[in-house]
Formats: sequence, C-alpha cells, structure tokens
Amino acid sequence: MTMIDSGTQATPAEIKQSVAELEDEAITIIREVAAECRNPVLLFSGGKDSAVLLHLAAKAFRPGSLPFPVMHVDTGHNFEEVITYRDMLVEHYGVKLVVASVQASIDSGRAVEETGPRASRNRLQSVTLLDAIAEHKFDAAFGGGRRDEDKARAKERILSFRDHFGQWEPRAQRPEPWNMLNAKIRPGEHLRAFPLSNWTELDIWRYIGIENVALPSIYFSHRRTVVERNGMLLSVGGPVTVEVGETPFEETVRYRTVGDASCTGAVRSTASNVEEVLVEVAAARITERGATRADDNFSDSAMEDRKREGYF
Amino acid sequence: MVLRIATAGSVDDGKSTLIGRLLHDTKTVFEDQLSAVEKASTRYGDGSLNLALLTDGLRAEREQGITIDVAYRYFATPKRTFVVADTPGHAQYTRNMVTGASASDVAIVLVDARNGLTEQTRRHLFVASLLGVKLVILAVNKMDLVDFDEATYHRIVAEATAHAQALPAPVVLNPLPISALLGDNVVDASTNMPWFTGVPLLDLLETIEVPGDHNVGARLAVQWVIRPYSTEHHDYRGFAGRLTGGSLAIGDLIRVLPGGQQSTVIGIDRGGVPQDTAQPGEAISVQLADDIDIGRGDVLVAVVASEAPIVTDRIIADISWMVDKPLETGSRWIIKHQSRTAKAFVGAIELRHDVATATHSPAESLGLNDLGRVHLNVSVPLVIDSYDRHRPGGAAILIDEATGMTCAALMIRDNE
Repeated sequence: MTMIDSGTQATPAEIKQSVAELEDEAITIIREVAAECRNPVLLFSGGKDSAVLLHLAAKAFRPGSLPFPVMHVDTGHNFEEVITYRDMLVEHYGVKLVVASVQASIDSGRAVEETGPRASRNRLQSVTLLDAIAEHKFDAAFGGGRRDEDKARAKERILSFRDHFGQWEPRAQRPEPWNMLNAKIRPGEHLRAFPLSNWTELDIWRYIGIENVALPSIYFSHRRTVVERNGMLLSVGGPVTVEVGETPFEETVRYRTVGDASCTGAVRSTASNVEEVLVEVAAARITERGATRADDNFSDSAMEDRKREGYF
Repeated sequence: MVLRIATAGSVDDGKSTLIGRLLHDTKTVFEDQLSAVEKASTRYGDGSLNLALLTDGLRAEREQGITIDVAYRYFATPKRTFVVADTPGHAQYTRNMVTGASASDVAIVLVDARNGLTEQTRRHLFVASLLGVKLVILAVNKMDLVDFDEATYHRIVAEATAHAQALPAPVVLNPLPISALLGDNVVDASTNMPWFTGVPLLDLLETIEVPGDHNVGARLAVQWVIRPYSTEHHDYRGFAGRLTGGSLAIGDLIRVLPGGQQSTVIGIDRGGVPQDTAQPGEAISVQLADDIDIGRGDVLVAVVASEAPIVTDRIIADISWMVDKPLETGSRWIIKHQSRTAKAFVGAIELRHDVATATHSPAESLGLNDLGRVHLNVSVPLVIDSYDRHRPGGAAILIDEATGMTCAALMIRDNE
C-alpha cells in the first residue's frame, strides 16, 4: 500500500525501514522477557496498541506458538465491537485467554464502584489487574504502553519493576544501560514489560497499515449517537446515560483510543481506512489521550497517580 | 534514520528548557500539552511559559523544578526523526545520565555561560568518553545572561576542548552558543550573536553524520530456541536473537561459542518470514545444518568474522557504579552479558577515575556515581568483544542478588 506521510519527507522505503527497526527492537524485548521470566502474560485491551503487541508477540516465536497467555481486564463497560474482535483474535492466534473481571472485584468487595457523573471503572482496573497477577502468579505482564502517550509514561523503563503492592516508584527505577533488561525479582514482586516504549501513535498506524493488523471497527469512521460532555463525545448507551441539560445527537466519528466505554471519547472523523487515519494522525494537534480520555484530564498528574497504584 | 540524542549538563543548565524549546519551535507540542504546561507554569512558577515542564513529567519534578529521571521524547522534522533522552543533572542521578548516554548517537552537553565548566560538566564529558558516544555537541547556554559575549563563549569552549582532549578516549566537540530560554541558535539563527558563523542546533542535528559501527563479522547471542513440535514444523529448531556485528547469509559457516562446534546456516527467518540474508540489528531466528546442543546464552559467530570474539571467564572493564552500597574487592554479583546471566566475583579494583582532572588513582572500593576499572572472575566463560570494537559484545550490567537492583554498567576493555 502507499503510505502517506505529511510529518516527514521520508520515502515509503524509509518508513518501512524505520518501522521494521521498531519491530526488531520489540521482538527482541518480547523474547528476552519470555526467556527470563517464569510465567509472563500479555495484557490485551482490544485497543490498537495491544493489537500490535499481540501481532509482534506472535511473530517473535513463529513458527512456534505464543509461549504465554493473554489477559483481558474486563471493566464490564465494553464496546460490543471490541469483545467480538477480542474473541476473533484469540481464535486466530490460538492463544489462551484469561479474563479478569472488574465486576467480580466489585461483587467481592475488593473494589468500590465510583459514583457521580464522572464515575468510571478505569481506576478500579488496577485492583483487578493486581489481584489477577497474584492469583495466576504472573511474574511479568506485557503492556502496550508507549512513552509518547503521556508525560509520566515518558519516564517509564522498558522492563519496569513493581513492588509487593504492585506499586511503581518512579524515583527508584532500575537503570537500563544499552536497553539491557534486568528481570531479577523476589517472590511477590513483578515486572511490567513495554515492548512498544519507543513507538509513537504514527508508528503504530504505519505498522498497522504495512502489516495489515486487524482492528476493532470503531477505530474507523461510523455513525453513532453521542452526547458532548466536558468537550468529549461519549457514546450513549451502556454505562453512559444522558444527563440533565444534554441532548444526544448523531455524528460521524471514530475512536483514537479504546478504553472503558464510560470515559473514552470519540472524535469527529471521516477516516474510514488506515491511509485516511494516517493523514489525520499526522495532522493532529491534540494528543490521543488529551482528545479521548476523560480520566487523564482530571488533573495534571492523573496518569502518574494511577501508575503508582499499579495501573497499566 | 532516527537520531538518538541524550542531554547532559549540571542542574539548572537548562536541559529540559532546551528540549522544550526544540519541541515547541518544531511545532511538535500538541495543543492540550501546551495548555497543560501553561496551567502548570502558573502553579509552579511566575506564570511565564516554562518549557521545561514539557519533559519534567513527574509531580516531584514539577514541584522542585528539577529533572529526576530520564524522560524520552520523540519529534520529527521534514529531514529527520529524533528520540531525545532528557537526563538529570543532579549528581545523585548520574546513573541515569549513563543510561541515557548508553543508547545515544549524540550527547548535547550544556554549560551555563555564567558559570563555565563545572565538575558535573567534566563528569558528563568523561561519561561520554567512557561510553563511546560518537558525537558530542557543547551547547553554551544562557548567552542572554552574559550579554551574548563572544569572549566568554570562546573561553568556555577552549576550556572544554582542553578537557575533552585529555580524556581516556578523546572526544571531539561541536560547540555552539545558545539561549534555550529565548530560542537563540536553537531552531532559528540568533540575531544577537552575529559573530557566530555556525548553524543553529536543529540544523546541526538534522545534518550531522553518525559514524557507522565497526564490521566485526556476524554474531548472534541466542535468546530463545524456537521448537514448534507441530506436525508441520516437526524438525524445526530456530535459534532466535538479534544479529549484531555484521551481516549473515544462508550458506555461511558459523561457530558456536563457547562450545566451538561448527555448522552451516540453512535458514533465516525474520518475524517468521524466511529471507536469504540478515543485517545487523534484525531480530531473526537461524536454522543450522547440524543437530548441535545450543541454548540461551550461546553465541553463533561467523567463521569468516574479521575479528573473532574472546571466550574468557576473566574480564577487565570500566565500570559506572550506580547504588549506595559500595563495590568492594571480593564482593559477588550477578552479571548479565548479552543473553547470558552468571555470577561475578570482584577480583580487583584497578583504579578510580578522577572525572575532574581526567586522571586516576588507586581505590579500595567504589561508591555511588564513581567511575573506575575492575577485574572480574565470572562463573562461566563469556563470549566477549572489546566495547570499543563491538558494543553489544562489550557491554554488561551487574545486579545485586539480594535486592535485584541494577548496580553497574560495564564497558569491557581489552584483556591486556
């Protein structure tokens, strides 16, 4: 396919080469963590980053099969298209799927549902995630986090240490000279591995185009009934109900990120395929999280605070 | 195509401001990021736009106005794509400077024009030398605070050049005068310093040529053995790892080290796709003609390699010590070298580098942020190269067995 690039004057061959180098780096990280850790797991949200991550992990061990399971932390606030897509991929790659349910954490009293108009299950995911890591004795969890996503993520190591409480301590991180990964941990501690650390949103979309990575349909333009809340377009239905003073309307939108349906906003867009999305991403003036995640806009350090608690 | 940059310099020399300026003036800053910085500038400062807040992302950093940990930022111009590691200037975070510099093509060392060279500047130049950073840009910053004075600039450049040439591995400096705060010579040429005839920083970064790696011949440190056991691929055995040192092709004769057996490459896959040849940097898996016992940590080396690695259980290395607990003669650590993990015993501490004078002295132990040279005995033979000739084969880390903390970066030197 023809890759469009308004960000640089790079030729299609140069773009292919730069994305291939990122792939080499990611596959090297995935193999290293799989070899050093006893029981790793790949965190899969159904979003584009985890789709790329799963695609890379499958490639890393081909023609062998994926030597670790995939885990979905299910908030119960899902986009239907994403669950369909998840089950399709599990079938396609023949991987083992573990579902960790936020609803179950709430039912058992481990997590308490937030209330109010901004209530979301996003933060509760940390509880469910840490409980599942402990229950299944996972010692490493691969995540699709990227350093360009957020200023706290920009500080993240490739292989990131979590203490007994699942906490991230940004001031005491292990140095990673030459990107050499230290996977040594004690029982009860675990690691988060971020093979996409050095990818940008543009790289992700270029890779999706070159490799034909399948995505949930909501990443491309479609008609949807939404309400506008705090500058964000939220899909009406499921966890989102119409508040007093709001008028639902139909709009042509797509999603730039996929997360908990209660706090993930859509953007107005007519981009219906990867090439059109690439044009849009290259011209974007607002970050993907700024445009679409109500949870990150609560405060200046929302991501840092959640990460410290054990978030993805 | 991607240029990897690390910043270095003393605290308050303006590293984060410089990166913020580069991001801002190349229009890489998104509107929501800029409005967040505007809000934070009011909260943590006098209200004027503080570009350092673009990279100082942790709450403690914003409160204290310092950089604590390496932040990685990505930006592109029509000519090049850049990854910038913004590293802390405070002495207690020097280990992060080592980390940032280890994976960089270019180091930008900032100096405050009012203060001239400080011990930290000398330390950072020393680190750049030890870690073999290929290009060093000396950015004399805050020129606006010395009235853009030409003589001040030349005095600092002369002092830094003298220090850089006295380093164990001399470093060539590319100097320029800037004001990160006002933007002089960052993206646009300064009108305040007509006496400077060079190009602004961004032009330099866009056009600077990075010297290529030495071709020492193909090496593949085995990370993982792919054995599908499926009907379709019943006899498949792929040795997976990242190729370094030189290219590899089907038909090439390889030697397995440390074992010494030889075989022929009969298949190369990259991401599961067969190809005839592979280039350094590619993550591949290799099939061999013979059924040889090969596992994680073994290294496949091209028999025709222009420079053969050394197999030894004794190494001499320059070391950057990164934790409070001291390194002492006779102490034991975990060593990780490529895909091999083993135990290491400190046979001797040969010396401690004095970063300020670029000399060295005998040492009984090494403390946090010390740079020195050690002799290690390793529990198994390692397949090593000199760090200067082949970085992946000459780099290693030490890990504390009790805490799991990464304690040191090692640059292996010739065994002479």
